[in-house]
Amino acid sequence: MSEKSSNKGLIGWIDARFPLTKMWEEHLSKYYAPKNFNFWYFFGSLALLILVIQIVTGIFLTMHYKPDGEMAFTSVEYIMRDVDWGWLIRYLHSTGSSAFFIVVYLHMFRGVMYGSYQKPRELIWLFGMFIYLALMAEAFMGYLLPWGQMSYWGAQVIISLFGAIPVIGDDLTLWIRGDFVISDATLNRFFALHVVAVPLVLIMLVVMHILALHEVGSNNPEGIEIKNHKDENGNPLDGIPFHPYYSVKDIVGVVVFLILFSIVVFFMPEMGGYFLEHANFVPANQYQTPEHIAPVWYFTPYYAILRAVPDKLIGVILMFAAIFVLFILPWIDRGKVHSIRYRSSAYKWLLAMFVISFIGLGYLGALPLSDVRTFFARVYSIGYFGFFLGLWWISKNEKTKPVPERIQ
Amino acid sequence: MKKVFIIVVGLLMPVLSWGAETTYPNDKIEIDWDDKASMQRGARTFVNYCMSCHSAKYSRYNRVGQDLEISDSLLLDNLIFTTDKNGNKTKVGELMTIAMTPDYAERAFGVVPPDLSLIARSRGVNWLYNYLRGFYVDETRPLGMNNGVFDKVAMPHVLVDLQGYQEVKTIMQPDGQGGEHEVIVGFELVKPGSQSKSEYDQTVHDLVAFLDYLAEPYKQTRQNVGTGVIIFLFILLILTYFLKKEYWKDIH
Repeated sequence: MSEKSSNKGLIGWIDARFPLTKMWEEHLSKYYAPKNFNFWYFFGSLALLILVIQIVTGIFLTMHYKPDGEMAFTSVEYIMRDVDWGWLIRYLHSTGSSAFFIVVYLHMFRGVMYGSYQKPRELIWLFGMFIYLALMAEAFMGYLLPWGQMSYWGAQVIISLFGAIPVIGDDLTLWIRGDFVISDATLNRFFALHVVAVPLVLIMLVVMHILALHEVGSNNPEGIEIKNHKDENGNPLDGIPFHPYYSVKDIVGVVVFLILFSIVVFFMPEMGGYFLEHANFVPANQYQTPEHIAPVWYFTPYYAILRAVPDKLIGVILMFAAIFVLFILPWIDRGKVHSIRYRSSAYKWLLAMFVISFIGLGYLGALPLSDVRTFFARVYSIGYFGFFLGLWWISKNEKTKPVPERIQ
Repeated sequence: MKKVFIIVVGLLMPVLSWGAETTYPNDKIEIDWDDKASMQRGARTFVNYCMSCHSAKYSRYNRVGQDLEISDSLLLDNLIFTTDKNGNKTKVGELMTIAMTPDYAERAFGVVPPDLSLIARSRGVNWLYNYLRGFYVDETRPLGMNNGVFDKVAMPHVLVDLQGYQEVKTIMQPDGQGGEHEVIVGFELVKPGSQSKSEYDQTVHDLVAFLDYLAEPYKQTRQNVGTGVIIFLFILLILTYFLKKEYWKDIH
């Protein structure tokens, strides 16, 4: 790169030794993004923001938290009462985990809606799915740490699911817990995984996700390639440099997000028992089962699928299949048109069915069981998997609308 | 495998029967966080009646003192009745623990009385308000009392001298599965206590207000800080919006 010599002073000195300007240009000032990003394109940068919030608040929580079965609950209350601004750090972290999932679900939905997983962006989608998986592991293990009743019994239920696996099930649950019940050993290993192992994996995956994105370039609401039409300098005609255009635009999105985030953090940190469950204000007690065990809201769709199936093993398999099927979405969708704007009405109906099913499952998964609810959970489960089956079916010979060459 | 399945089914069993019951009394209250006098009265009731058996071990006396505008000397004279293991009076900076050991408590009551620091967050203020007004005479119970909100509760009615004894009025109602069950519809005061009904309601209201404070001492700070943060963010939103507009005016 010629820029190396064009910079003088400190930047020039660094550029001779480290590709600072080169990286800045590749990923920001000369990364050309389509000019037509809409509302749905805020959530990628917001997810990155929340990752930073979680890491920073997590570091400060770790300074005061004690990963010990005898002291964990007390140390959280110590943070809430005796540590200066400890309540704020803790609420930022607890609200951040729910916000992370809201943003990631919207980000994923954007990807589905505009076909951002389709060729040539399959790897971006796969990395993203691994991020989602790591995020679920991170959230699950983090939820044990406050050592409240719901931490304890939620973990008990989820880990016992692995016991449904034939032959190795019992040994596997024992291996995960490090004890015959959830105990101090479980808490310690979950702490290690939550603060060191999974965050490392997450950060690595996020870097790969972004590198893969910047290699092939961003998709857009029209679902067309901006790289097909370039000016004399080789820059896409319908693209604009990420910085400053999208950096200043994303900052507006960040501020709007922070307003909504602050409303929760400062005025409703429990979010009616969905972000912080009421039973989690009671210390973990292995001899006393809470009246109603529900996972935190972001796991409830899968929990509802599990409960909808009468056979436990098949339920567990379907629950994992519900996540796995998302991984292979780029190969399920055999269509050539990316964006929902130019796809058939059959596709739109399928997607609507999927959204209703996912939200319906999430709602039911948080509630106690009843016959009516189980019936609906089954309907929604069929709707959930029906989307993927239907997509595979219709996308082969889908009647699509003509796709424009350029972004208007 | 079978064992795990039984555990999971067992865990879900209570879920199956959830939502069928309605409890009495079923009133709602609003806690006024600016009413420090109410919380102070509640604190006095708490240390006099509750803290014989229940601790508030995550909270410190002087934190309560600062937040509820009670001086250290008033705290020592009116709210701190415990001593440390050397027999010296508990200091104002100490946690609100109690002398009763869990072992002793379990032998006395069958269960260890829970710590009450967070009870308002786990149970909710309405539940507490109804529970503390829900004791009624029931000779079938070991202590002669039962509760309309918490059936077969192990806790004795420690405020009975204030409230007096009340008996329960019930009716039979269909339970939705072909049978009938007894539902509490009201109480009748059979032996008055030292307070009238409205005085007792106020006492319980004050106590619940204190418990609500105790569960999250920083709630008011949180909301005050939050208001400032959100006002700041709205100003920032205006600035960043116009910054974006300025940059984007030549993009079509």
